[in-house]
Amino acid sequence: MGKWAIAIHGGAGVDPNLPVEVQEAAKRLLERCLRLGVSALRSNAAAIDVVERIVRELEDDPVFNAGRGSALTNEGTVEMDASIMDGSGRRYGAVSGLSTVKNPVSLARLVMDKTPHSYLAFAGAEKFARDQGVQLEDESYFIVEDRVKVLKFAKKINATLFGYPEIDSATLEPKGDVPFRMNGQPLFGCYRPETVGCVVVDKRGMCAAATSTGGITNKMVGRIGDSPIIGAGIYACKLCGVSCTGEGEFILRATLAREVAAAMEYKGLSLKGAVEYAINERLDEGQAGLIAVSNEGEVAYGFNSVGMFRGFATEDGNMEIGIWDKMFKV
Amino acid sequence: MGKWAIAVHGGAGVDPNLSTRCQEDAKRLLTRRLNLGISTLRSNLTAIDVVELVVRELETDPVFNAGRGSALTVKGTVEMEASIMDGVKRRYGAVSGLTTVKNPISLARLVMDKSPHSYLAFSGAEEFARTQAVELADDAYFITEDCMEQLKLAKKANANLFGLPTVGRETCKMKAEDNSLWMNGQPISVYAPETVGCVVVDCQGRCAAATSTGGLMNKMVGRVGDSPIIGAGTYACELCGVSCTGEGEAILRATLAREVAAVMEYKGLSLQEAVDYAIKERLDEGKAGLIAVSNKGEVACGFNCVGMFRGYATEDGTMEVAIWDEIFVV
Repeated sequence: MGKWAIAIHGGAGVDPNLPVEVQEAAKRLLERCLRLGVSALRSNAAAIDVVERIVRELEDDPVFNAGRGSALTNEGTVEMDASIMDGSGRRYGAVSGLSTVKNPVSLARLVMDKTPHSYLAFAGAEKFARDQGVQLEDESYFIVEDRVKVLKFAKKINATLFGYPEIDSATLEPKGDVPFRMNGQPLFGCYRPETVGCVVVDKRGMCAAATSTGGITNKMVGRIGDSPIIGAGIYACKLCGVSCTGEGEFILRATLAREVAAAMEYKGLSLKGAVEYAINERLDEGQAGLIAVSNEGEVAYGFNSVGMFRGFATEDGNMEIGIWDKMFKV
Repeated sequence: MGKWAIAVHGGAGVDPNLSTRCQEDAKRLLTRRLNLGISTLRSNLTAIDVVELVVRELETDPVFNAGRGSALTVKGTVEMEASIMDGVKRRYGAVSGLTTVKNPISLARLVMDKSPHSYLAFSGAEEFARTQAVELADDAYFITEDCMEQLKLAKKANANLFGLPTVGRETCKMKAEDNSLWMNGQPISVYAPETVGCVVVDCQGRCAAATSTGGLMNKMVGRVGDSPIIGAGTYACELCGVSCTGEGEAILRATLAREVAAVMEYKGLSLQEAVDYAIKERLDEGKAGLIAVSNKGEVACGFNCVGMFRGYATEDGTMEVAIWDEIFVV
């Protein structure tokens, strides 16, 4: 029997001025999800079921940028992406462009299990959702006040940022040398708890991963990021499970999630070594973070952004949550 | 100065009973497109421009399943996808779900060069096409008689399959009689020239890749395959350029294009060894083919299915176009 382990994330790149109550709410939710995952794993639940379950919880909560509380497109609408991957058989399911599906990650699972395809998007994905009878909601469910405010702010910044490298959120003046921008937007005012993900290795040593997001605030309609893309925002195989978050375009170009597994497979790196390699060597100028588990019950994470909401728990009783550089034992 | 090389493909998995006329037409077209690529390479055009140019021509040919002559969805509509990747800095652009854009590969290039994103799909991608004023066409341009016939065949085959015992979820292949050839859940008789791709290394040693397709005949509306997905159907980096074709779901799960580059980078395999490894070891029960070039001016291809439309040319004067296992020097 192997050892189980679980890690979750809620976005890489965090506004250093994020109100304390938002930070605490996010950490509380991460802890709740971890505990849910831990008790499922102790009861022998399969990795693929645990990652889906946990990501559903994160989608249901409005705090994170997934499902309810998703970031808004430049037209103020919601277009959600999600993916799930089963290390056993490297099976994969993904969805993009959802606007009425309460739990995108579960629809991704249905694509994987119930269709001859792997990835369905936009109107075709919505139709599939109806055919499957999954729970649907209307716009008002997904669109929350906080994200509407962030969209307004992002639009204002984009209008004023043309040509400026970084800006000060208070004065909207160009400022110093710290890379406080991600995806073209300032961390200040735009980056809250973001994309969510969960990776698990269960007692049988099976790995799985799931990622879910509303995408980038103020994105072009139809924009697909890294979250639903196999090898980019998500990957799972016999050796490990990986979920990424951050600058989507850089994660895509780095095929970041696949790199972790490839470095283990082809370079014989340990999980931790592979995670560090992926973050330090593959991102070029991109900022991102990722969580990973190995089939040996190890857990690792890495990020080169300012902060990443994350947590993990292992069978030996360790449980930690963090946002900034330090992690706190729970 | 490096040596240039170019390879093109027009689909893996070919009906052994494909009419000689069709085979000859396809080979003639591939030869013509190869020659176009060769003359641009001799004029020092960069790899990224050559792959776009060649794939544009293949999209214009109604014979191949890309642009004009695209495969049809279950509703008889066209949903085209394409991706392009520049080995220099691993830049990437992709589109999915296009219905009116005459040259999907060029729209993918515009996403890469003119938008802050990497991947646009469905109505958002169509909207972007209009803002970029690319050439549009209506249904009648894209939907050919041949494809309508093939859709009927595919529907009939699927109807006949209902109730058969084995639905191989691992490979998304449905098995019928042992001596039938099947791919993507359909009999090989619906397989004619298919997805197209081009990989190039120019005389400066820069690699690029491009892939374009209408996707799977009779696919669910909204289905996204491997062709637009970085690391799956398309990949290019400093070392090589790769384009794949075949069972999309298997190629996705294998992250096939990335594998070729990864084993060159991490295991030091040569281009041909990397291609052989990817085809033999990564596809599990999936059927697919791929073409690849290296920054040293080498070219390689591999496939594990019945036939693949392909051709290649290198600076030392070799040029070959083939469908089956034997290669015919042109």
